[in-house]
Amino acid sequence: MASQSRTAAIVGMYEWPKRLDRDVSAMQIKAASIAKALEDAGLKWSDVDGLYDANDGEGGGGLGLAPYLGLRPTVIDTTAVGGSAYEFQTAHALADIASGKCNVAVLSYGSKAASQRIPIGTGGASAASNWQSNMENPYGHTLVSSYAMVASRHMHQYGSTPEQLAEIAVTTRYHAMRNPQAVQAMNDLQFQGVSEVSIEDVLESRMIADPLHLLECCMVSDGGGALVIASADVARNTRKKPVWIIGSGQATKYRENKGDITTSAAAQSAPIAFGEAQVRPDEIDIAMIYDSFTITVAVMLEDLGFCKKGEFGDFVAGGRLRFDRPGALALNTDGGGLSSNHPGMRGLFLLLEATRQLRGESTAQVPGARLAVAHGNGGYLGHTHCGGTIILAAD
Amino acid sequence: MPNRPMPVFPEPDTQAFWEAAKRHELTYQQCNSCRGVVFTPRAHCTACGSLDLATKVSRGEGEVYTYSVVRQNRNPSFADLGAYAVAYIDLDEGFRMLSNVVGVNDPTKDVHCGQRVRVEWETQESGDYPIPVFRPI
Repeated sequence: MASQSRTAAIVGMYEWPKRLDRDVSAMQIKAASIAKALEDAGLKWSDVDGLYDANDGEGGGGLGLAPYLGLRPTVIDTTAVGGSAYEFQTAHALADIASGKCNVAVLSYGSKAASQRIPIGTGGASAASNWQSNMENPYGHTLVSSYAMVASRHMHQYGSTPEQLAEIAVTTRYHAMRNPQAVQAMNDLQFQGVSEVSIEDVLESRMIADPLHLLECCMVSDGGGALVIASADVARNTRKKPVWIIGSGQATKYRENKGDITTSAAAQSAPIAFGEAQVRPDEIDIAMIYDSFTITVAVMLEDLGFCKKGEFGDFVAGGRLRFDRPGALALNTDGGGLSSNHPGMRGLFLLLEATRQLRGESTAQVPGARLAVAHGNGGYLGHTHCGGTIILAAD
Repeated sequence: MPNRPMPVFPEPDTQAFWEAAKRHELTYQQCNSCRGVVFTPRAHCTACGSLDLATKVSRGEGEVYTYSVVRQNRNPSFADLGAYAVAYIDLDEGFRMLSNVVGVNDPTKDVHCGQRVRVEWETQESGDYPIPVFRPI
């Protein structure tokens, strides 16, 4: 792939506006979001010839989604790597478009995690039996404690502090309070106190799994959305300015004997993506990083190359990553999974908000934003996860 | 008596580990070809792909690599434990194992990275397999 190529671009997007929506199905969220994203692009239903799906939604997937929608794609990609699926699929869509396999690719997501009361973070063991579960289920390890173990080790290894982690939640809430959908989400999901928060507020919230407090954990919401990626030829005639996909990287990382739990898959995927895009981390205006928890962002700011390993604390201190602070990148400007939208696989929303920023449409808009990174994380940090890095450029 | 979830069989990779657990033996594997240490149990070497692995018995001592104290778990099997410490233990033979650190007054204060620990076998109400957990030395 040629560097800084203008082969494919995000041309349409839609984020489902409600985070508690008992009256729709996940499949309805997907179909309606695709329709709205195509409308945003100025494209027709029948223009879609590439379908990318993470096997979410009941009755969807590689066999179910096309018939539900009534489409006849020439590419079907069902890469399912949790919350990083959408970054992986964006990379695949770029390659499929570059090789001429399709021209209009659609990614979609729909989830009812909140209204079905799915206990994502604290659900405990399942009854399934496999090579991993038989070694883990006796110990009561939860999703939250898996991330918390990374935080404990990071604190031990680098001397990072609870206050430094809390700063990340403070910054994203600051952004969320400017996003009407995020405010509605927090009200609908009955957050205690829908307002900006302080470091003290975060540290005084209930401990879920030491050292992670409630306000360091993402919400569990309903939601979904869709993204339309098109070839350069198609992108010339779409309604909005295209947002170009200029770099991508993929990686996996997992628990290993003697492995370093404080380093994530991003340490492998980011250099590939930045190399392909031929840009440096210090040139990035917007960082959309999967904030399942504060520690996820901390580790990934380091692994993406924005600061040295172990030094995220100084990088985020004093509200430095707020959208209205010039001189540093802006972090998770929609409010993130912590305070706007997390139905289980947040990766799509990272791409949506990055696109808004590069179009000039965000509710916490950084003036003149030109370059954005979206880094999705799927699976469990500190256990087994996949990381997908996408670098986007304004037209 | 603790009531932890039992391993579920048939499961070919992990069956031998849990049969050894009935004898209070903490086992790991080592590759006869490249000498790499394999854990959790598998039928191939994760370093070189060899199918020739030896099963060894650990001395059961190591240190806490990292940990967290779980305050909320909706699984009823853990309801009676209160707050409990999950941890990765780096055994001296070179393998890392998920377990719990037990036998401390307050897991939120008395567990830390680098702490030396030793295995002990916890009998379960829930079934026949004793569960290996670790206690500070």
